[in-house]
Amino acid sequence: MTNSRPRPISPHLQIYRPQLTAVLSSLHRLSGLFLSAAAVGLAGWVITLGLGESIFASAQQFLSSGYGAGLIALGLFGFFYHLANGLRHLCWDWGYGYDIKNVYRSGWMVVACSLTAGTAAALISL
Amino acid sequence: MAEFRLPKSSRPQKGARLNSDLGMKSPRRFEIYRWSPDSDDPPKIDELYVDLATCGPMVLDAIIKIKNEIDSSLTFRRSCREGICGSCAMNINGVNTLACTQPLDDLGDVVRLYPLPHMPVIKDLVPDLSHFFEQHRSIEPWLKAPEIVSDTERLQSPEDREKLDGLYECILCACCSTSCPSYWWNSDRYLGPANLLQAYRWIADSRDEETSSRLESLNDSFSLYRCHTIMNCTNACPKGLNPGKAIGEIKSMIAKNES
Repeated sequence: MTNSRPRPISPHLQIYRPQLTAVLSSLHRLSGLFLSAAAVGLAGWVITLGLGESIFASAQQFLSSGYGAGLIALGLFGFFYHLANGLRHLCWDWGYGYDIKNVYRSGWMVVACSLTAGTAAALISL
Repeated sequence: MAEFRLPKSSRPQKGARLNSDLGMKSPRRFEIYRWSPDSDDPPKIDELYVDLATCGPMVLDAIIKIKNEIDSSLTFRRSCREGICGSCAMNINGVNTLACTQPLDDLGDVVRLYPLPHMPVIKDLVPDLSHFFEQHRSIEPWLKAPEIVSDTERLQSPEDREKLDGLYECILCACCSTSCPSYWWNSDRYLGPANLLQAYRWIADSRDEETSSRLESLNDSFSLYRCHTIMNCTNACPKGLNPGKAIGEIKSMIAKNES
């Protein structure tokens, strides 16, 4: 056999069927990244308080615009999702809920909880 | 950093249509990943039809029929055709499983066949599993009990024997490992679900006396802890085993040993 040319890598992300398991896991990481950035944003918002009235006012103006409200809503959903899925991870670390039926059950519960809590929080705050 | 896209030379192109469904009683369309080291073509997806009216019930039956009747160059591994050898593991309609135990009736109008994901391809549906088996070697998959017991077997209580249920059945088909995104991005140093389940099979064995050194050798940020409990592995396992849980048990044993 001649090793005439390098072997290709077989398709992975492109062909693997999206499943609740992998999708929720990547959402957990994405929401974590987003919340880290949001924490810096929150600190920045507090800092604008000390920078004078006009700067604070423009920060407020941005936050009440469509973009600002969108970011806040994302942050709220992300927060409740990350919280609920974090509790799911804690259950696993305690040794519970590894069989596939319960993985799906807890997964959908996390989705339902974060949507409900996120919507409620968004309605109250926006 | 994970490489989410395939390198350009690995991206499959549209291939040939190998036959038509004319005159078939019950045609089913197949789309099959092809790559040969002997040509200069990039990977491609060939299309063809199989008449299910004259075909056995499983995906492997259809693949063998294709090789016999349509394209003898189609390359794949198979041996036992009853889900015990693990040779015919492949990605079928987006999920890793064994072609020999996957009924065609459970699949949709199109059957898409790819080699196990994120592996170097030797030819068509045959991935290079050398690294996977090298990793299996690294967990030292044998009973380690230095003291020689001369004239009797190493006895085990029924309860201790039960702890191996759900572990010893693993056939090392690599369906779980190659379904794991963490293994896709870090297979160089992460052992992956199959080999961690195998590691736990020896850790859980009451007759093995090297439990703590086994745990020790897994305790680094890559070998074990690239598992983020994604659970694609357990979802994929064609034997219904739970590698995700086995990995959780290892993590928990290490945590309790250290505290």
